[in-house]
Amino acid sequence: MDSKAYQTYTESRAKRSHVLRDCIRAFWVGGLICCLGQALNVIYQWAGLEEKTAGLCVSVTLIFLAGLLTGIGWFDRIAKYAGAGTLVPITGFSNAVAAPAIDARAEGYVTGVAAKMFTIAGPVIVYGAVSSILYGVLYYLFTL
Amino acid sequence: MANNGVIRFTGGCYLAQTATTVGKKENQGPLNAWFDVSESDEYFGQSTFEQAESEMVRRNLRLLLEKANVKEEEIGAVLGGDLVNQCTGTSFGISGYQIPYLGLYGACSTIAEALLIGASLVSGGFLPSAVALASSHFCTAERQYRFPPEYGSQRTPTSQYTVTGTGAFLLTAEDTGIRVADGVLGVVTDGGITDANNMGAAMAPAAADTILRYFDHSGRSLADFDAVVTGDLGQEGLELTDELLQKCGLDIAPKHLDCGVLIYDAKKQDMHSGGSGCGCLASVLGGYFFQRIRRGELGRILAVGTGALLSANSAFQKLSIPSVAHAVCLESTTGKGA
Repeated sequence: MDSKAYQTYTESRAKRSHVLRDCIRAFWVGGLICCLGQALNVIYQWAGLEEKTAGLCVSVTLIFLAGLLTGIGWFDRIAKYAGAGTLVPITGFSNAVAAPAIDARAEGYVTGVAAKMFTIAGPVIVYGAVSSILYGVLYYLFTL
Repeated sequence: MANNGVIRFTGGCYLAQTATTVGKKENQGPLNAWFDVSESDEYFGQSTFEQAESEMVRRNLRLLLEKANVKEEEIGAVLGGDLVNQCTGTSFGISGYQIPYLGLYGACSTIAEALLIGASLVSGGFLPSAVALASSHFCTAERQYRFPPEYGSQRTPTSQYTVTGTGAFLLTAEDTGIRVADGVLGVVTDGGITDANNMGAAMAPAAADTILRYFDHSGRSLADFDAVVTGDLGQEGLELTDELLQKCGLDIAPKHLDCGVLIYDAKKQDMHSGGSGCGCLASVLGGYFFQRIRRGELGRILAVGTGALLSANSAFQKLSIPSVAHAVCLESTTGKGA
């Protein structure tokens, strides 16, 4: 069997992830996080915050909670179950920054924590910023 | 003479003693009774995971010397390695011992490589004794090859879990009842697999090549063996290796055991394709198989260390994973099969 045939064969026999099961888990956990976010939004507005500020505070709260759960070692267990359910909301981003930061603390605050904090989330920030610039330019051109 | 990589330790090299230390997950697996020590603290009382791995190596070597009742000055050399950059786990663990040291890298095949070189030195009369050892730690491997341990992610069904564990083997020139008879040095084989989450598929061609070469050139046949023990192919790699060998007319399946499959209860512990890492073969061979040979339950086994020779950089550069497998034959000189 040549190398190409072997690659094709191994790919064909490798077990696939349970897509349906993973989708259901991602849906209910992700949905629950969004419901929590919405509930926080209502509470913050009821407490007297403006709609925009309340939205911001919801993000901050969720980021904090995900960071806290990462720190006490629970987040990775939840994420192992929920997959995209915890990855897609802002919780995934928080975990992606907190996990390497915690991990790199032995290598110092400059060369460790600060330098490695964005090894996973960095690309999201870079391409997020680049695409928003592109969008801004297009928006400017088309609404002239 | 054809260069087929088969070496015979005609001068005589024997396995005197082993010591094994594993982590918590391995101790929750089905082989827990066969390991000498298990540590539930993944830091082994240290402040970083790299130091933890070194501490595990240090303690385990101390344990080997105690079990064998030998002083460190009596050991000719330590040969060993691990997965952490530049063999950090082993080198830092050995530091402090007054024993000459050769650091080796063969990824997860390291213990087989160490046994082959150690047996050559002892059998050749160059050293009175040698220690072969290898280690791996789940968290140091995760940090180096994948993500920080706290990062939340899911694994594919073919992925494997790095064993936290180490095994040390004392080789001597005196007959201890278990002989290191012969072996075969592996050739680097590249099946073109690029998926680091399917290490079994990457290593299977190397394992098959080495096993085939051993039975073609060693003068022994599969019937002479009670078991062919591979290091960490996992369930996926074990099945693939058996299939590749069947295509070549060698059916090892009934005698084929894989340490990566044995060490965990894949279903109950959710370990996907099984265990991997230098410590996988080192701890299972040094614990489970060593004791079973000593008890006379196994007469002769072929231990095949399988290593995926990728690096974090080669994986990012999407290069395929070259692999190597080294085989060592261990046989009882007293009981069954002698």
